Amino acid sequence: MTKSTETSPFKVEPQKSASLLAPMEAEEALSVREDLTQVVKKPLWRIRLELFWRAIQTNVGLFAENRIGLVGLSIILFFALLAIAHPILMATVWDETTYDPVTGYAYDETRQPAPPSPRHLLGTDPLGRDVLSQLMFSTRAEFALGLIAALITVTIATTIGAVSAYYGGLVDTLFMRIADLIIMMPFISVLIVMSGLVDLDLIQLAFVIGTFAGFGGTTVIIKSQALAISVKPFIEAARVAGGSHRHIILTHIIPNLLPLSFLYMMFTVTSAIFSEAVLSFFGLLNIRMSWGIMIYTAQTAGYLLSGAEYWWLLIPAGASVTLLCAAFYLVGRALDEVVNPRLRKR
Amino acid sequence: MGKYIARRVVQIVFTFFVFLTLVYFLLMAQPGDITRQYLGDPKITPEMREAIKAAMGLDRPWYEQYLNYLRNFLTGNLGVSFSNFPRPVIEIIFERAPRTLVLFLSATVVSFTAGFTLGKILAWRRGGFTEYLVTIGGVTLYTVFTPWFGLMMIWLFAFILGWFPVGKFLDPVLWRNAPISSEIVFGQMLTTGLSVVALLTLVYFVSRRLDAQWRAPVQWGGFGLVLVGTLGVWTPSPYARYALDILHHLVLPITTLALISFAGTMLLTRNSMLETIREDFVMVARAKGLPDRVVRDKHAARNALLPVVTSFVFSLAFALDGGVITETIFSWPGMGLTLLNAVVDEDIPLAIGALVFTGILALTAHLVADILYAYLDPRIRYT
Repeated sequence: MTKSTETSPFKVEPQKSASLLAPMEAEEALSVREDLTQVVKKPLWRIRLELFWRAIQTNVGLFAENRIGLVGLSIILFFALLAIAHPILMATVWDETTYDPVTGYAYDETRQPAPPSPRHLLGTDPLGRDVLSQLMFSTRAEFALGLIAALITVTIATTIGAVSAYYGGLVDTLFMRIADLIIMMPFISVLIVMSGLVDLDLIQLAFVIGTFAGFGGTTVIIKSQALAISVKPFIEAARVAGGSHRHIILTHIIPNLLPLSFLYMMFTVTSAIFSEAVLSFFGLLNIRMSWGIMIYTAQTAGYLLSGAEYWWLLIPAGASVTLLCAAFYLVGRALDEVVNPRLRKR
Repeated sequence: MGKYIARRVVQIVFTFFVFLTLVYFLLMAQPGDITRQYLGDPKITPEMREAIKAAMGLDRPWYEQYLNYLRNFLTGNLGVSFSNFPRPVIEIIFERAPRTLVLFLSATVVSFTAGFTLGKILAWRRGGFTEYLVTIGGVTLYTVFTPWFGLMMIWLFAFILGWFPVGKFLDPVLWRNAPISSEIVFGQMLTTGLSVVALLTLVYFVSRRLDAQWRAPVQWGGFGLVLVGTLGVWTPSPYARYALDILHHLVLPITTLALISFAGTMLLTRNSMLETIREDFVMVARAKGLPDRVVRDKHAARNALLPVVTSFVFSLAFALDGGVITETIFSWPGMGLTLLNAVVDEDIPLAIGALVFTGILALTAHLVADILYAYLDPRIRYT
């Protein structure tokens, strides 16, 4: 046995006083002390950052185990690339009079809708506009819609969930009854009637969807998680240490809810994109261009049952809605396995 | 159980009033009132506009208007439809509601059964290639853009293959000289369907109380008897032809709606099963040497059912929305199509009526599902 293994942190103090007598030992003791101070001197934020980084690495590993989640993620990345590429293409290769998704007209085609050609990779729609350009232009709007709606949902749901789980009582009853009502309501029917009464644009729609989902099912799930957290010992410890209600909710409950909130963001994005597409398909929204409107245009021009003959009018837009919704849903499910350890493989 | 149901009914009635209130505020949220329509008309003076306001009660304070609105709803006075002018809204709803009910109920039952069965099989064979295939397929159907999917179904099965009619409720050529209205035939079909379901349930519960050796023969015999009886009643009827026509029109919408919504149940059953099969009692059942199928169906699946039913209750609203979209795509003249057409035509009384009806349907479905849940979970039944 060497001496260094025997040196425990408790022996550091007496050895320091003895260092004048025994130089060899003192040197060794100093190095141990340096080790210790190194550990302690490392600022707290760096330790936190390292822990955080390690947690991310484990979670990414867990996520990557799930092939379905990776498929979803790559679909999302693909659409993100499409969204980014559109303004670049418009600025460089595509000239505006031909390729503008709303006002463009393909003068180089003799009849509209024109089948796919090298100049128009997905053909043109009945009004002579380039389908690929429309598709890419709409992607950006869908992402914006989904993100805004999801952020609103998560903000509302996490706040309400934490508050009503922490305080309980009247606040809890009130919000849970509202949530019950919203869960029971057929959302798209309400949106249809609403868009008949008020002229909704994309941002307003995102707000409506976000609020609706935020007060509805997401809150219930996040609240049940918050309930489980609020009875944990560390909450009691924080209370004993004199933490205010606000402090406990903000720094102890909400951070523990965030993984679940993030998971439900994905599901909100799915439902937001889906609702928008349905409403645009019915022609009820005040939006310049979207995947739903592309199908609506094909429908109003009478190409609905053309099937394989005019496939580029229906398939790209429909498949895009389906793929992007499915992608967010799949990522959400893969995250579910990361967040919820009971679902992992045995 | 009685107390539980009573409490749920009171809650649902309360929720219904909150719903009505929300709809009222939705109505109030639109800018202006009906007199704004006449702003550009020089013949209608401001005094006349005031008179119209007074006649419609729009000059009263908001709480009085609100109480008025509630009273009208409770007495079934939903106003007169603009787009079908002289017909009152309530009459239109009574005409079309059964069609939506049939579509919604049958699709829900089919999708739940299919989803649950597939889900438990998936969980049992975890990790295989089948699992990936079915999960991807299920998720695609679950998140598919419903209108587009409906169109593809019509295009494939009605247009290319020609197995089913392209939408609509009945074949006008066949019905031109029909001696009876479609509503009556449909009503009879609905009654038959409901009594068949009731009889099958009865047979099932009676057979479960019997001894083991009698159970299977009584069950299958009873089911057979009910089916033969139904056919016996309908075959000689002169209206069978017409009923068959409606059924023929029903198949494709129901299939579409069921396909859209079964994946939610399937994926949840899979997750719930995965948790259940790790429990000790499943291990015990296996160790006892019970056949795999028995362990799966009687030990694991029964216990995995509860969370699935809970989330199924939550997904009813989703199914109703799917119904609205499906009806629109298939031109199925139920409440969903009525709702959409009313909104497009700016027929506000009818739109609100249809919305409230959809709300009532959702609440009732919720109540039924809650009672079913109480039946399945003894912890709720006995508290």
